[in-house]
Amino acid sequence: MLELIEQFNLVAAFWMTIKLTFFGGIGALVIGTIVAVFRLSPVKILNGIGTAYVTLIRNTPLTLIIVFTSLGLWGQLGIEPATRGSENFIPTLNFRLAILGLAVYHAAFVCEALRSGVNTIPVGQAEAARSIGLTFPQSMRQIILPQAFRGAITPLGNVLIALTKNTTVASAIGVAEASLAMKNMIEFRPDVMVSVFLVIAIGFVILTLPVGLIVSYFSSRLAVRR
Amino acid sequence: MSSQVLFDAPGPKARVRHRIIAVLGILALLAVLYWVYGRMDQRNQWEADRWTPFLRWTTWDTYVLPGLFETLRAAALAIVISMVLALGLAMGRMSDIAPLRWAVGVFVEFFRAVPVLIMMIFTAFFLSRNDFTPTELNPLIATVTGLVLYNSAVLCEVIRNGVSSLPSGQREAGLSIGLTPSQTRRTILVPQALTAMLPTLVSQIIVITKDSALGYIILYPELLTMAGRQLGSKNGNILQAYIFVAVMFIVINYGISKIAEAVEARQRRKGRTAGPVGSSEVLDQPSTAGGPDLKANTQLGGGGG
Repeated sequence: MLELIEQFNLVAAFWMTIKLTFFGGIGALVIGTIVAVFRLSPVKILNGIGTAYVTLIRNTPLTLIIVFTSLGLWGQLGIEPATRGSENFIPTLNFRLAILGLAVYHAAFVCEALRSGVNTIPVGQAEAARSIGLTFPQSMRQIILPQAFRGAITPLGNVLIALTKNTTVASAIGVAEASLAMKNMIEFRPDVMVSVFLVIAIGFVILTLPVGLIVSYFSSRLAVRR
Repeated sequence: MSSQVLFDAPGPKARVRHRIIAVLGILALLAVLYWVYGRMDQRNQWEADRWTPFLRWTTWDTYVLPGLFETLRAAALAIVISMVLALGLAMGRMSDIAPLRWAVGVFVEFFRAVPVLIMMIFTAFFLSRNDFTPTELNPLIATVTGLVLYNSAVLCEVIRNGVSSLPSGQREAGLSIGLTPSQTRRTILVPQALTAMLPTLVSQIIVITKDSALGYIILYPELLTMAGRQLGSKNGNILQAYIFVAVMFIVINYGISKIAEAVEARQRRKGRTAGPVGSSEVLDQPSTAGGPDLKANTQLGGGGG
């Protein structure tokens, strides 16, 4: 088992999974928050843009989005988030394109999680914010969003867990993460196929289980008591 | 909290401001679209040759329809098998026999934590090594197996969640007329849970349809493989082919989500359920998701209050 892990540099593969999760998660959080504010805003156009984003992205398979970032954005439209000629040009490029795809896809779910977080805030708070004269941006920044994030910890945690597992799709454009490592390992050592599967599967259990536990711990601790 | 209370009915000043923001928003959107248009124009992506293949019957005949058929076949098989399996798992997970409950618990938690793609790749390799299935069926079986293992675990939790959201009187009534606990579950609780969670179950179909596109990675000839990869590389219109596939997926899944909404509205109107109507919160999870805290999630989402 240990010999397998060393031979195929599994640590590097899972480190790639973690990096994809980390940067993808930050990207998704940023885009998702913006889209959520759009969807909650009083301006109909912004509202429409936010709704369109969520509807379109949520109904598109992630595989398609990831493949599209490579073959469509880079291959056809020439969007190149890496410097040509530098060493590791292709791996860096694919890594960044995969992060872009993961962030864009999960932002739609972050937006929905935040909206469900907003739903946990009593109506009276928004009314109170209005009655003391706060404008929409002010009440968003000072009253609604801070509480929405706390109320949305559970669904946000679920998005993070899903994101961790979804990083495997990045293998579609050749990012060397855990699922690609598994593919290679099975191809070279088909005799130990089942233990390879178990090692990778347990790796994901180890990555996702603590997140789940931390999330449920914090969601009960940080939830605003009412 | 509905978003209407977040802001006052706009007065004259606010209306002007909103109009300015709206105009800026439209301008920004147009700028982005124009940039994309220009970028595509530079690379001659608007040439008619690249778009007309989708109007030809042969394209549909050789690529789109077979791909669509395979996507729907994998999704339909996965939905039916995982529903049946989920019912069995849910019964096991609520059973009075402790070892059975634990075994099912481990199964469910394990397959919810492992990415669907990992299971698909493993099954594909496993089947190609051991020749007990016809080679041409292997990608289909691998895709369906991956989808079933994950989704049956998720649906099991959905059903269990539905049962626990029923009023406790339902179970007590069953027991008091002399049914055993397992009979009560089978004849009273689970059927009601299924009705209550119907919208969630329908929206899980979207997740399954979407995830069937993972078959692309193990060379299953589904919609993305056929109409995207193969058609695109044959006609040299990769970009257009992927846009076309995206539109098809969006139309299919949007249709299903409308059905889920209609089912939910109908249940609300008729008041047919004993428990609260299950929220479509599972829909709000990315595919291949399913956190460990589905219960809290559903409670939080509520009916969207």
